[in-house]
Amino acid sequence: MRKALKIVVLAKQVPDTRNVGKDAMKADGTVNRAALPAIFNPEDLNALEQALRLKDKFEGTTIEILTMGPPRAAEIIREGLFRGTDGGVLLTDRKFAGADTLATSYALACAIRKIRPDLIIAGRQAIDGDTAQVGPQVAEKMGWPQVTYAEEIANFDGKELTIKRRLEHGVETVACPLPMVVTVNGSAPDCRPRHAKLLMKYKHAKTVTEARELQEDPYLSLRESRGLTITEWGVADVDADAEQLGLSGSPTKVKKIENVVFQAKEAKLLTAADGDIDSLMKELIESHTLG
Amino acid sequence: MNNIFVYCEIEGGKVADVSLELLTKGRELADALGCKLEALAIGHNLKGVETTLNEYGADVVYAADDASLAPYRTLPHTSIVCGVFEEEKPQIALFGATSLGRDLGPRVSSALHSGLTADCTSLVIGDHADTKGNEYKNLLYQIRPAFGGNIIATIINPDCRPQMATVREGVMRKEAAARKPALSVKQIDFKKYLKDIDMAVRIIDRHIEERKIDIKGAGVIVSGGYGVGSKENFSLLNDLAAVLGGEVGASRAAVDAGFAEHARQVGQTGVTVRPKLYIACGISGQIQHTAGMDQSAMIISINTDPEAPINKIADFTITGDLNAVIPKMIEYYKRNSK
Repeated sequence: MRKALKIVVLAKQVPDTRNVGKDAMKADGTVNRAALPAIFNPEDLNALEQALRLKDKFEGTTIEILTMGPPRAAEIIREGLFRGTDGGVLLTDRKFAGADTLATSYALACAIRKIRPDLIIAGRQAIDGDTAQVGPQVAEKMGWPQVTYAEEIANFDGKELTIKRRLEHGVETVACPLPMVVTVNGSAPDCRPRHAKLLMKYKHAKTVTEARELQEDPYLSLRESRGLTITEWGVADVDADAEQLGLSGSPTKVKKIENVVFQAKEAKLLTAADGDIDSLMKELIESHTLG
Repeated sequence: MNNIFVYCEIEGGKVADVSLELLTKGRELADALGCKLEALAIGHNLKGVETTLNEYGADVVYAADDASLAPYRTLPHTSIVCGVFEEEKPQIALFGATSLGRDLGPRVSSALHSGLTADCTSLVIGDHADTKGNEYKNLLYQIRPAFGGNIIATIINPDCRPQMATVREGVMRKEAAARKPALSVKQIDFKKYLKDIDMAVRIIDRHIEERKIDIKGAGVIVSGGYGVGSKENFSLLNDLAAVLGGEVGASRAAVDAGFAEHARQVGQTGVTVRPKLYIACGISGQIQHTAGMDQSAMIISINTDPEAPINKIADFTITGDLNAVIPKMIEYYKRNSK
């Protein structure tokens, strides 16, 4: 039986919100974006590793990264190429902007229908939103089963994947037929590093938009001859219904945003008295340090 | 019609705490809106569950009891929840922000095209006027941290129903209803909602296994030093960490003394952490330790010694015995959080 898989890995470029120290906030209480570089969403790297392991094991397997974001998110596709993927698609269009998870899932599902993979692997959640919704919503839009919180794709028998899941209080092993969606937990193995040869091969891979912005393009002919052009799709390329995209396609609306202010202050001296502990917990809750 | 639904997680005939917390909150919201609170109980061997759900405020329990429905699997539960929601048209639906609720909730929200807000820390009823002059009464304000906890967002779903939200365990209070409502139990004719593909995923194996310890990613760390005194006293730290949704850390002295596992060690020979809140209990504050935690956004020190070096880098110092302080922190956190 042929065991080659056609895999799409869903990945997102996110601001690095993990190492939130005292320099992550400005004095006025807004987020200091300069202190938060754009990175490959960590759990999407865990997802990519699971895809690469399947490719290592099953000859003929291909991996494409699908990402939605601004033109600079092409970096995510290059990072995939440096680690062994076969290509990728950047879904970029102003009409995608302002999407909540549902409108995002709709856009991704439109693109997936064009790519027609057997298997979608995504990180459990992205660190800028922490919702864990896009994976299951894409699965629903495709009408495919989903297995979330995966820690290891243990086996593929040509028809079904056997997957180990990590839940709050234990582990579960399930078998699921293709096509399907898997979301991978951060407790899964880390992604392999970039491969030096692949880095050399793909460092000049660019989208058409990126190439256009170059003053001079000494690698133009190289890109053309070696197929180093990263695919970019807009709304028209994926036959999406504009009403279901972006803000208009998003049932949830943001009513209000409050910045959390971390203020440097003198140590407050408290005792074990009830009043002290009560006001401390109130303060921690009100400042959203807790909750 | 147009009531509040809570999806209740049931394992081995027992209702999960997070579901009882949601019922407590749901009761309060239902009273504010003048509607009913309805609980969904989907699983197997559910006898007696409805009594518990009723004690925590459910007016109505919708039950689907069948061997094929436990343990939880995404697709059959999604089909049943969607089927009931399409008929009953709830205005609000709440799920636990657990590995189950965060698997089920988004699937349901996509199928019904209704918005879902993950990991809410507060749910409040309020009005809204949009820029086009539309006015909305009694919406569910879904309040949650985002951007790694750097912002707090209030999310609303003006037009789509149900308004769906997930809430983490321990965030809401769990309290039996002051007045137990008259209970009505409805058996869901669930087979009509199921499709062939719904049974496609097979559970091969399922068992309880200890989680790998990872304190690096924790937003809150409750850390103990040699001053905690014993391994038994460390369980207090576990309790506080569990209530605050954090992890337990330890100083090298505490690990060397056998109070905690090495994977929890913070400092030069352990891991470096930068949580939003670091609570140092009985930790003197040797450089070996502080080098691994001094970038924490906020530091609270609990120590009997007011001159402990760690107090120099703390935002709050509590001079006192942690055996007295920690139970009070748990009590007042629960009392003050909504």
